[in-house]
Amino acid sequence: MGTGCRRSRFVSGSLIALFLAFINGRAWSESAEVNVYSYRNPQLLEPLFNAFTSETGIQVNSVFISKGMLERLQSEAENSPADLIFTADIGRLTDIKAAGLTQSVDSASIRANVPEQFRDPQDHWFGLTSRARIIVTAKGVVPPGAIARYEDLADPKWRGAICTRSGKHPYMTALIASVIAHDGSDAARQWLIGIKKNLARKPQGNDRAQVKAISQGECDIAIINHYYMALMLADPEQAVWANSVDVVFPNQSDRGTHMNVSGMALTRHAPNKAAALQLMEFLASERGQKMYVDDNGEYPLKPGIPWNALQTSWGTFKQDDISLTAVAAQRAAAIRLADEVRYDN
Amino acid sequence: MTAYPSASAAVDPSLKLQRITRLNRWTMGAVFAAILVFLPIGAVVFLSFGDSGDIWPHLLRTALPEYVGTTLWLLLGVGLSVFLTGVTTAWLVTMCRFPGRRVFEWLLLLPLAIPAYVMAYAYTDLLEYAGPVQTALRALFGWQSARDYFFPPVRSLGGAIMFMGLVLYPYVYLLARSAFLEQSVNVLEVSRVLGKGPWQTFRSISFPAARPAIVVGVSLALMETLNDYGTVDFFAVYTMTAGLIDVWLGMGSLTGGAQIATSMLVFVILLIALERVSRRHQRVYQQTSSRFRPLPVYPLSGWRSAVAIGLCALPVVAGFIVPISVLGHLSVVYFDRSWTSEFKMYAFNSLALSAGAALMTLMAALFIVYARRLKGGRVLGVATRIASLGYAVPGAVLAVGILIPFAAFDNALDAFLRKTLGVSTGLLLSGTVAAVMFAYMVRFLAVAVGQVDSSLEKVSPSMDMAARTLGFRAGATLVRYHLPLIKGGLLTAAMVVFVDCMKELPATLLLRPFNFETLATYVYRFASDEMLGEAALGSLTIVAVGLLPVLFLSRMISRSRQLNVVSSVGDQ
Repeated sequence: MGTGCRRSRFVSGSLIALFLAFINGRAWSESAEVNVYSYRNPQLLEPLFNAFTSETGIQVNSVFISKGMLERLQSEAENSPADLIFTADIGRLTDIKAAGLTQSVDSASIRANVPEQFRDPQDHWFGLTSRARIIVTAKGVVPPGAIARYEDLADPKWRGAICTRSGKHPYMTALIASVIAHDGSDAARQWLIGIKKNLARKPQGNDRAQVKAISQGECDIAIINHYYMALMLADPEQAVWANSVDVVFPNQSDRGTHMNVSGMALTRHAPNKAAALQLMEFLASERGQKMYVDDNGEYPLKPGIPWNALQTSWGTFKQDDISLTAVAAQRAAAIRLADEVRYDN
Repeated sequence: MTAYPSASAAVDPSLKLQRITRLNRWTMGAVFAAILVFLPIGAVVFLSFGDSGDIWPHLLRTALPEYVGTTLWLLLGVGLSVFLTGVTTAWLVTMCRFPGRRVFEWLLLLPLAIPAYVMAYAYTDLLEYAGPVQTALRALFGWQSARDYFFPPVRSLGGAIMFMGLVLYPYVYLLARSAFLEQSVNVLEVSRVLGKGPWQTFRSISFPAARPAIVVGVSLALMETLNDYGTVDFFAVYTMTAGLIDVWLGMGSLTGGAQIATSMLVFVILLIALERVSRRHQRVYQQTSSRFRPLPVYPLSGWRSAVAIGLCALPVVAGFIVPISVLGHLSVVYFDRSWTSEFKMYAFNSLALSAGAALMTLMAALFIVYARRLKGGRVLGVATRIASLGYAVPGAVLAVGILIPFAAFDNALDAFLRKTLGVSTGLLLSGTVAAVMFAYMVRFLAVAVGQVDSSLEKVSPSMDMAARTLGFRAGATLVRYHLPLIKGGLLTAAMVVFVDCMKELPATLLLRPFNFETLATYVYRFASDEMLGEAALGSLTIVAVGLLPVLFLSRMISRSRQLNVVSSVGDQ
């Protein structure tokens, strides 16, 4: 093996690489970039990415994938271009970690900003924002205080009064899972059967659609994520719906309101690790957290970030501080329970 | 073609050898194409061999019987609806003359451009409890709440049947109409001379001749029904596809999902078998000479013409005008929030991808079908059927089936080049537009194969024999003689595939590159969050962009019969 041979091998190798880069349409440029696979709707993340790019000059490439992201990462294996994963619930964060697709991140700044109960014990994933699963009731129809706990929803006196989305949606699954984790599966079954009997209609639509149904008198009680209130109030048509309901933060006298997180994880084979870390730190920083509060109405995880006007008007509340992994562990049981009580049918 | 095999061998052995190798090139090409298309489906079947734990006992005990029952009802309902609507309207606009017929000819195609999920959004907005219709009814009759009156729920099995039927009937309409247009004038005239009325002619002549095309149309509509997720999810109707997604993403068992997908293939194989059976013993060759004579038509007047107008107007109003009005209204209200400068780029992406995929699909279909015509045989028959399976697999599952072989190829190539040349190629095909186009081809090849097959079948084999006697090779025969004859069928196939690609969502979503949007994925961003207002403008644009080729090709198809008519075309 002479040097000449090695050189020609190098030259032909580079030529092939150039050719492949060309047909692949991938820029072999030097400028820094981060590649994002996201379960979250892009319109919620884009303002944050734009702010990051203008601050650092790092380009963020993203693709919104609602089904099959795990399989895409798995099959792309070590050649995957993805650096970061964004999800809207705890379940998918634990799934991706369990599939061995993430890596541990050692960042003092993220650890300082994200409280311990909102991150993976091995630092494979981090929460970014939290959302409360609240109950809304028809103004002037359901007297204030009549419903104070998730458990009250199963009371037969609310027959035909409740609307929810599908019992198998990740937000409902997490709530049911948290009830299983707290009360055990038998109590959870009785509870879910009770709610099922009280439903005004077959579960359908998303959280907004439930509030809309209340404003039109189709039902009186619904379970939604809190930030939908902010999003609806910002919409000319939907503000009417949001104004027709009272907000209840359940279980203030006992375990507290069920919380879920949106979060992020660094992929195992992230090709742009340094830039990715910068984006993670930005989102957990004061500026990133503040944007989540102001633009999306979510609760910040970093302590000391001021709430928006709506959140301030609701005031502080007791949050369920059960560990997120304990809730995530009951997810499969929660989905089976929804099947067994035929919640969606 | 096989009448004198030994004769040619006796004359010149080298000629025979030449012929075999040439034919084999077609065969091998077709088999290769079929294998390529089968890869993703094969990957899904392979996945289903894994261990899914105790998911099946759980499903059997709880939700599975309902999934299967709902799927069957949905198929039955949509099948009946598209059959009745499609055949009736196609017969009316082709064989009868009434005011507005020429306009209805293309108006009836328009619902094809509306994605089923968009239709579902629009009608829900209109008919739900909070929508304008029920609100007006309550105001009119003084009802206070939902308990005071009955209104059929929109989000239900009935709603799914109705709205899917409205967007899917154009498949049947389109295929039935081109079959009616290709009818032999001689036979129709004989029927008339024998004193048969329009109904008898329809029953004993036109319908049997058009049956293969109609069955193709109905089975396409049913496969589309089977793979639909957007509509049934929005309507909370639990079909097998909805159950599959649930098992896969909710319970986290891709194996379990793949097992349901594989068992759904049984439905597809039944549909394909049905189509085959309906064509058995049936060889109706088109009469090349009479093609260019106008069809004998039935002029309608008085109440008959009013009924014809009503029957044609109903699907157009319900399937196009109403949803477009709802979307148009929402687009105006939400214009400022939804109009972005990138809109043109998304539209271009959709157009370019769909046009490229339609062309690729058409060529693959032509290749496979013609190869079978040349050499028949069991292998190619199976290949044709395999090539059709992708249509009925839910898009998201098919997309996973594409990911796996593509990434395996990319990673193997990368490893090989690293080892031999010290160069890393990364992912060559995964996450590129090529993967998305391939997905479209796998998914919609059935549409093209069905249409090309039923067109080519009508070309008499004597054409092949004559051309070959004149010394033309197989390829030249196809290009010079067959293509001009089946032009209408090819255009129909290309058009349907194009429009289908425009609407495709789940595979595009999963397989696309970074920062790449089509109109469908852009609409989905908002629609998935039930922000219908913001999604309306994008939906309208999908429909508008999809309409251009529909209108253009519809013109070409109706002209395919009139082209060489010297004068006195039978209109009016």
